[in-house]
Amino acid sequence: MRYETVIGMEVHVELQTASKMFCGCAADHFQVEANTHICPVCTAQPGALPVINGRAMELTAMTGLALHCQIRPHNVFARKNYLYPDLPKGYQVSQYELPLCEDGWVEITSEDGPKKIGVERVHLEEDTGKLQHTGRASLIDYNRAGVPLMEIVTDASIRSADEAFDYLNKIRQVVRYLGASSGDMEKGAMRCEANISIRPEGSDEFGTKVEVKNLNSFRAVRNAIAYEVERQQQVIEEGGQVRQVTMGWDEQMGVTREQRSKETSEDYRYFPEPDLLDVHLEVEWINRVGRELPELPADKAARFSEIYGLNQKDIAVLIEDAAVAAYFEEAAQHSGADPKSVANWVTGEIFRRLNDEDVLIADAKVSPAALVELLALVKDGAINQNAAREVFTELWEKGGSPAAIVETKGLKQISDTSELDEAVAKVIEANPDAAEKIKDGNLKTVQFLMGQVMKETRGKANPQLVQELIKKQLRV
Amino acid sequence: MAVTVEEVRGVAALARLSFSPADEERLTGELNRILQYMDRLNELDTEGVEPTSHVLPLANAFRPDEVDPSPAVADILAAAPQRQESYFKVPRIID
Repeated sequence: MRYETVIGMEVHVELQTASKMFCGCAADHFQVEANTHICPVCTAQPGALPVINGRAMELTAMTGLALHCQIRPHNVFARKNYLYPDLPKGYQVSQYELPLCEDGWVEITSEDGPKKIGVERVHLEEDTGKLQHTGRASLIDYNRAGVPLMEIVTDASIRSADEAFDYLNKIRQVVRYLGASSGDMEKGAMRCEANISIRPEGSDEFGTKVEVKNLNSFRAVRNAIAYEVERQQQVIEEGGQVRQVTMGWDEQMGVTREQRSKETSEDYRYFPEPDLLDVHLEVEWINRVGRELPELPADKAARFSEIYGLNQKDIAVLIEDAAVAAYFEEAAQHSGADPKSVANWVTGEIFRRLNDEDVLIADAKVSPAALVELLALVKDGAINQNAAREVFTELWEKGGSPAAIVETKGLKQISDTSELDEAVAKVIEANPDAAEKIKDGNLKTVQFLMGQVMKETRGKANPQLVQELIKKQLRV
Repeated sequence: MAVTVEEVRGVAALARLSFSPADEERLTGELNRILQYMDRLNELDTEGVEPTSHVLPLANAFRPDEVDPSPAVADILAAAPQRQESYFKVPRIID
């Protein structure tokens, strides 16, 4: 029997605010000395009262708007009660019945083309502390407790591991564009759970879903879903039934394992948080947040295609990071710049360097203006591609002006026919066999002679001219 | 509406509490008296009245996103029953 996979995703995104959700403690907790960012509010001392971080509300609403959600003016924080040492209060403040954002969608790329994944809700809650288990004790660091955490929940319209992967990528792109989060899964700033079930192809009914947690990387998401789908098929084909359980992904073994549930029953006894005042967002507030939205990845992609005539592959690479896209645009809009060759350099040489050296484009010493100047030198025939790469290396490492680098390094292209004629004659004389081959019609060998001429001229010859001269001298 | 001893046991378990059978009986009675009081309140006609979780006529009290140096870190840590370095220490939690 053929099966269809049905997936819903819950993504937790840590917001990049300066302070925590309900108190002024610094929200930063990565590699910070344990329990240095704690106070009476986030450790639940009696009498301490929380106050909502307005920026966290704005960032969540911005995310909701970017995901085409409705903003609910009257949204309510509720206590989710459970007893576990990562929560100092004995409850997590979250949103339950009335979340900040509802009913949106994200467009992803599926096998059959573009597809909309429904976003049921985006709500705001507080993160928990970090636990470390040692021999007989557990150690707790509450620096993370109370950090604003946004939860994004989809409907069950994801149909494969690849779709889940693309969905996650789109979400990360959006939160990064908004400056809402680093979206860095390796550092725990984005965490993900998948509800996975399978059903016979063509069926309208849902199978029993299994919740898989512990998906700490993009690769884990893809692998865990593939594994879990396979496992459920096997259970059904052996005549068994999939049980509704919570599984954890074991990255090292590449398997999902059943987790012991935190509570005997999932009885969180939600009720409205009485320590917080009501939230009734005014239209003006919502409009102001809407005006703060930057151009989003999908809109940018459409614009890059229309204005610069780039192909989808280049666009995908360029818009991945808003800073890279801005760099490209600054260069592409320079007078005399050819957007296509700017794109080639940004997605080629610049990307290679950024990745190899793990630096951000903001820190690059090559300014967009310098890149355009370099490309103009190539276009005008002042330097050839070889020299351009050498100039780029210098620019990348030290910055400066391309023209000045060409000057000091003596990289100006030789386009003087008499000078090149001499070099070509010398190379033909030194390589009689190759010359014979070319005369016999083996034109591929021209490349070899060209290489020799390049060597002779220390890479500075105009390659087109050299090719013409070789053919002319050999009369082919 | 009334709670049973089983429900009291369930709620106690969620809060990691355990009681003697006598205490369970006593608590069940006390909780039921509280619920009877709620039933009394429920007699009020609240048709058309918006539910609220507090009584203050205030909304949208937002804080600017600014860091206050965490106060009382040392006092909070000092209140921990057990510590190791700057961590709170509790009996090992089985995952």
